[in-house]
Amino acid sequence: MSRLARQSGEVIDRSQPLSFSWNGKPCTAYAGDTIASALAAAGVRVMSRSFKYHRPRGILTASFLDPGCVLQVDDEPNVRAGHRLVTGGIQVSSQNTWPSLKYDLKAINQLAGRFLSAGFYYKTFIKPQRLWPAYERVLQRFVNAGEISPGTSAEGYDKRYAHPDVLVAGGGPAGLAAAIAAAEDGAQVLLVEEEHQLGGHLRWGSQDDLDLLAELRDRVAQLDTIEVMTDATVLGRYDDNWISVVQRSVPGNGLGPKERLVKARAKALVVAAGLIERPYVFQGSDLPGVMLSTAVRRLVNLYAVRPGTRAVVLTANAEGDAVVGDLRRAGVDVVHVEDARRGGDVLRASGRGQVRQVDLANGKTVQCDLFVTATGWTAPTSLLNMAGDQPTYDPTAARFVPNVNALSDGVFATGGLCGDGTAEQLVEHGSATGRAAAREARAFTLAFADVPTRPDDARTLPQPGDPVDVPALEPARHREMFVSQTHGFVDFSEDVTTKDIKQAVAEGYDSVELAKRYTTATMGTVQGKLELMNTIAAHARATGKSIADTGTTTWRPPYAPVSLGALAGRIFEPVRHSPMQEWHDRHNGQPMVAGAWIRPDHYGDAQAEARNVRENVGVIDVTPIGKLDLRGPDVPKLLEQLYVNKWQRLDVGRVRYGVMCADDGVVLDDGVTGRLAEDHYLMSTTSSGAGGVWEWVENWLQTEHPEWRVHVTPVTTTYASMNVAGPKSRQLLERLVDGVDLSTDAFPYMHVRTGTVAGVPDCVLWRIGFTGELSYELHVPAGYGLHVWEQLFAHGKDLGIRPFGMEAQRVLRLEKGHFIVGQDTDGLTKAFTAGIDWAIKLDKPDFAGLPELRWQAAAGEYPMLVAVQTEEPSVVPTEASQLVDGNRIVGRITSSRMSPTLNRSVCLAQVESRLAEPGTRLTVLLPDGNRIPARVHTHHAHVDPEGERQRA
Amino acid sequence: MMLLRCPWCGPRNVTEFRYVGEKTSRPDPATTTPTQWRTYLYTRANVFGWTVETWYHSTGCRQHFSVERHTLSNRTRPVQENS
Repeated sequence: MSRLARQSGEVIDRSQPLSFSWNGKPCTAYAGDTIASALAAAGVRVMSRSFKYHRPRGILTASFLDPGCVLQVDDEPNVRAGHRLVTGGIQVSSQNTWPSLKYDLKAINQLAGRFLSAGFYYKTFIKPQRLWPAYERVLQRFVNAGEISPGTSAEGYDKRYAHPDVLVAGGGPAGLAAAIAAAEDGAQVLLVEEEHQLGGHLRWGSQDDLDLLAELRDRVAQLDTIEVMTDATVLGRYDDNWISVVQRSVPGNGLGPKERLVKARAKALVVAAGLIERPYVFQGSDLPGVMLSTAVRRLVNLYAVRPGTRAVVLTANAEGDAVVGDLRRAGVDVVHVEDARRGGDVLRASGRGQVRQVDLANGKTVQCDLFVTATGWTAPTSLLNMAGDQPTYDPTAARFVPNVNALSDGVFATGGLCGDGTAEQLVEHGSATGRAAAREARAFTLAFADVPTRPDDARTLPQPGDPVDVPALEPARHREMFVSQTHGFVDFSEDVTTKDIKQAVAEGYDSVELAKRYTTATMGTVQGKLELMNTIAAHARATGKSIADTGTTTWRPPYAPVSLGALAGRIFEPVRHSPMQEWHDRHNGQPMVAGAWIRPDHYGDAQAEARNVRENVGVIDVTPIGKLDLRGPDVPKLLEQLYVNKWQRLDVGRVRYGVMCADDGVVLDDGVTGRLAEDHYLMSTTSSGAGGVWEWVENWLQTEHPEWRVHVTPVTTTYASMNVAGPKSRQLLERLVDGVDLSTDAFPYMHVRTGTVAGVPDCVLWRIGFTGELSYELHVPAGYGLHVWEQLFAHGKDLGIRPFGMEAQRVLRLEKGHFIVGQDTDGLTKAFTAGIDWAIKLDKPDFAGLPELRWQAAAGEYPMLVAVQTEEPSVVPTEASQLVDGNRIVGRITSSRMSPTLNRSVCLAQVESRLAEPGTRLTVLLPDGNRIPARVHTHHAHVDPEGERQRA
Repeated sequence: MMLLRCPWCGPRNVTEFRYVGEKTSRPDPATTTPTQWRTYLYTRANVFGWTVETWYHSTGCRQHFSVERHTLSNRTRPVQENS
């Protein structure tokens, strides 16, 4: 490793050497080195092979964008080696080269270039179609992507939400100044910088630039209202400044997540993305040793690396002039400076494996091992485009510029994006823009100061103040230099040449948007940031149109590639479980996911659990059942509106079953509601409907009947709920309940009481039964749920108590013929179809769905829900099996189970009304194609149709 | 993701809200005809421009409210007097 003497702006720490390996060989670096700078210091020039032709490639930009050093690091493919810092012990290798980087046999592709030209994917390997998989295997071998390891350890990815007043994208001089000015004006600022240090091009500037940078960094450090994120990129800007940022290294001593996606909602966005130096297109422009001026300036000034020994510089601007000074200071022999402002130009670079000589347009040939180009800038207007701006081409500056005076609300631009200037001018423009952004953020906050839930101090916020005068920052004049007279690579990542673009135009792709997709120019790893302007220029040359008329392709998010891990991040999805879950876990409860809930499906043997409910006593955790506490004098009116049946006369202590429909008459939910006191009701809903019904209730109360005095409180998770079911349930509860007479006469079926259970007061006891057995549903204050549950088991041993899960409950309710909304009904099932004619009161003045149900009844001829039994008792038709009449579908099985009580299969089904009569023969078409006979049962209930068990 | 101004809570991510729909008025169930009722249920104007909508702040204050939204720009404003 050879380094220059200490450079005043260097970012390497020479006291901290690191070792790593490059293609299996040991290599050293200093802390602060990127992989590419360390390799360059070690004298490595060829770092990769190109995408299609496997041409040797090396450093071009020495930045994140560098297409010549996309490498494999350990088990991570496609690492941007121009950006990624070396850490000790990493194994770095080139990707998909064989047998070695130096002698890559696939470079033979260059000879076949004719077949790999524009659109070759679309033209070749098409026929015969049966060989597609074989083609795919061959093509895959040639793609220079790295290798993923299926065994990659699960590194953490995280997500964060941020709410800055002002988000500044880009930490160069203008961005730094904007952040400082906004913060000094009272704004909370998030400053996002893609590179590892703040400062942008000041970092490789003059001593004055470095002094200015030190001062700006100091001021940033002193303002605790600025949060700085380095090694982080703004990916996209969406509506109302919803901004995504990927943080590639997260502070936290290596303990934190690998990457973090930050979703920021900023009141103002300042885009200070700077400028990207673009390569020049000529024959041989991709040879290792041909570099951009900024790459050389980075290598020399930041990493103290001498990039070559004998250099030629093609310069069209001040950066190119400055690089000559850098090179001389680094001891490089600058043998020739070709000044493009005076008409200088280059025709080709040539050499085996790396540049050896350049041919200039004036006929001169110069020997060199480093050819530096400084031919102009591309403004990465991406974030502004995402905010609606359409940049316009300025031929005098040879770049697209945003319309900075017509940006959307809350979006600002500063720095190189807007124009060129001295460091002081950039700082001045940035400061003014930062103040304007802070003002905008204040105005945004003030616009909502009248919101009732604002904190008290919202009204004392400072006024936005007068508009800020932002000084003009104009782009400097620059010669239009994109494509030389020779053909060369336009897109380094995809190996697209000017010939490909020309051919695409000849084939009719006269729109740059289409030619881009056809040739894949700008669609590789760099995504157009280096090659967009040259692609447009090459296309314009081929069509004979101007660059302005050709226009630019669209910049879309994400601005930079982002790992899927970061996008997936951590999932913020809460899981709900009842207070009894730990008991279920200890007792072999097999969990099932039910919406947001985890609950036991069974405890090993659902059929035995169901039998035990019929014979002894079982208990099921039904905590997810929706519970709404309703209070106020107008609750009966609300219930009348929601349910299809009548509710005006429900005595205190009584419970009624009800079905709710939407206004289209389709069954929405069902459940029981009980009256606990004069103005106090408790409504239960299905578990899955709990959230929706609450919203539905609020909708009626807020929009249709705001005059009703009803207060709704969801109490689903306030209570732990358990259903104690079976002939011995009363006997069990008599051992535990205080203050409630449990006898049939005192507490009959469809009544509700409040009392003390196992010493816990304020429990609600319902005599209802989904299972069809004598049963009590207990709502226990949630904190005592586990206690009461355990007491039931402690006191029920001799009665044969055992838990039952969802599956047993489904069997029991099916034996009893109780339908489940969403299982036996669907989005077309109107209330009469559900077979609840007895409950639907068409004589009520109003309820949700009334007109549709009136018309359903009048029209008749609707599907009916019926109980069905197969003639062969051992066959359980799969749920959703069709009922057929010849080839016509006349219905379907909605639920089916083996009944442990009857020892035969039992079903619910929806059938055409003419087939709903008890005893009607039906044909079930099983999924295997067999047809089996079945019969409509006399009653919905297969077991205990008279309901004697539940009323016991 | 756009911001929506809840009159109670202020500007919030639109994902906090449920879109109830274009503002409709429910016909009198006693006198309505199938055509009127189904127009209320299913037919929407789907205008290009300002439209009055009902939103529900489901993960916030749980209030239903009306707001005018421009269907092209997604700008919102309080419901105008004559809408």
